[in-house]
Amino acid sequence: MAHMTPTPVLDPSDDKTMVLNMGPQHPSTHGVLRLLLEIDGETIVRMMPDIGYLHTGIEKTCEAKFYQQVVPMTDRIDYLCPMTNNLAYCLAVEKLLGLEIPPKAQWIRVMLNELTRINSHLVWLGTHAMDIGAMTVFLYCFREREDVLRLFEAVSGQRMMTSYFRIGGLALEPPLGFFDRVKSFNDRFPANIDEYESLLTSNPIWTGRTKGIALLSAEDAIALCATGPTLRASGVDVDLRRDKPYSGYEKFQFNVPVSNDGDVFARYVVRVQELRESQKIVKQALEGIPEGPVKADAPHVVLPDREKMKTQMEALIYHFKIVTEGFTVPEGEVYMPIESPRGEMGYYVVSDGTAKPYRVHMRSPSFANLQTLRKMCEGRLIADVVAAIGSIDIVLGDCDR
Amino acid sequence: MALEPTITDIEQLKDRPELARLLAWNAGAITGAKFDRNELTIWVDRTGLREACLTLKNDPQLQYNALSDITCVDWYPKAPRFEVVYQLFSIPNKNYLRLKVKISGEDASLDSLVPIWSGADFFEREVFDLFGVRFDEHPNLKRIMMPEDWEGHPLRKDYPVEGYR
Repeated sequence: MAHMTPTPVLDPSDDKTMVLNMGPQHPSTHGVLRLLLEIDGETIVRMMPDIGYLHTGIEKTCEAKFYQQVVPMTDRIDYLCPMTNNLAYCLAVEKLLGLEIPPKAQWIRVMLNELTRINSHLVWLGTHAMDIGAMTVFLYCFREREDVLRLFEAVSGQRMMTSYFRIGGLALEPPLGFFDRVKSFNDRFPANIDEYESLLTSNPIWTGRTKGIALLSAEDAIALCATGPTLRASGVDVDLRRDKPYSGYEKFQFNVPVSNDGDVFARYVVRVQELRESQKIVKQALEGIPEGPVKADAPHVVLPDREKMKTQMEALIYHFKIVTEGFTVPEGEVYMPIESPRGEMGYYVVSDGTAKPYRVHMRSPSFANLQTLRKMCEGRLIADVVAAIGSIDIVLGDCDR
Repeated sequence: MALEPTITDIEQLKDRPELARLLAWNAGAITGAKFDRNELTIWVDRTGLREACLTLKNDPQLQYNALSDITCVDWYPKAPRFEVVYQLFSIPNKNYLRLKVKISGEDASLDSLVPIWSGADFFEREVFDLFGVRFDEHPNLKRIMMPEDWEGHPLRKDYPVEGYR
């Protein structure tokens, strides 16, 4: 991060080029991303992303918290997909503990994760289209996003920083009528996707701004550690939900959209298809919710129900111990990768046998995917930078942590 | 789902294709192995890291062609102080593998993986920034998260959570 020093990091290599500073307060950078562009006329000769403006030291903070206190920290990393981060962290600690999660909790986790993907992709689609000049799509996308946020609010009491998953299951049973509300949203959502597509997919201005722009080959995408839709739009068929199933994803039927074109349009098509697939997964999840508890039977880890805590001595003791001293986790380390809307979200958690994690590292997809931007933009026109940034769908909170 | 006991004996693990391939390449460079919670970890000598990655990447069966993550763990005050952690992923086989390199606090440096995966760039800069581990031959080893004039490396265990006052 070079923003403390006023001198540009990039020096013009000869007299023909100049350095242009873009960001960190540029509306199309989706947060605070600064790009240094060395340009020759309208062509980008070199590009250097400058990040770190949102670095809050979450990894360091986690080391000073009990395991269960880390969950709210994970929301704040990627504020567009809080549930995905909650899930990745909870799965990592559950793997360290060797804890089995009841099927109903797994099922609801999958359902909420797909709603999170819908939420995140809607924000991406709206802002990406607005960056390129299609204002209307933004309004439609945020209309549906509002519905999803209301569902999150119903289930967790919060619209964005949900912290709904707990180590060992869920915080609470979903409220009465929640599944009906999800169903009512999910049933009308395909028509909404058609609506977005009717505004964009065959719109000549949209295709003109996106087809053949910001190309990325499969070899480059792999070498640059790209994951998620950015990688799949370059023709590499990887989706951790299918390839490394977690939280019961193996029980769901869905397709993994892949495109071989590797341009902005391909990334758009892949993500819009993913919206449809997520809708299908939510539908399957609604149809087969198993009966049973939503918390694992592990009294030393999972907080007891309020009712039990007030009537049973044992439960009160466990409650007191978990809240005041946390719970210990056996020594070891795990790397838990899951498929977030942006790509591979991996939590590397090291335990030294105490009640606080020795190290928590988040492998965030935005951080790795941002590296592809240079490859996409160098030698291309400056007007396409905005389209390229939108197409990799970065969240700077996720990037800087 | 009770925890299986951890296996740390190389002899017991040498049937694993990843470890067998690395032992065939250079048994002297493999300093340890662990199989715990269904995850395989192999410790590699710091001089052999780049070649070990190339061996795993170019092997026609294993095909560890993608780098998922690079991070570091500070074991201060134990020695050797740092453990740099690499997560490799095989896209054709959908397998993960963890490589680890132990390095001392006095001479915290090792080979950069940028020549193999250009995406190692940001990850290595992050480890350099937050832990102070140097990566030789890295094209642009500068701070990435903290300001350029920042003192110290925040994720080191001897760096207080509230920062230096």
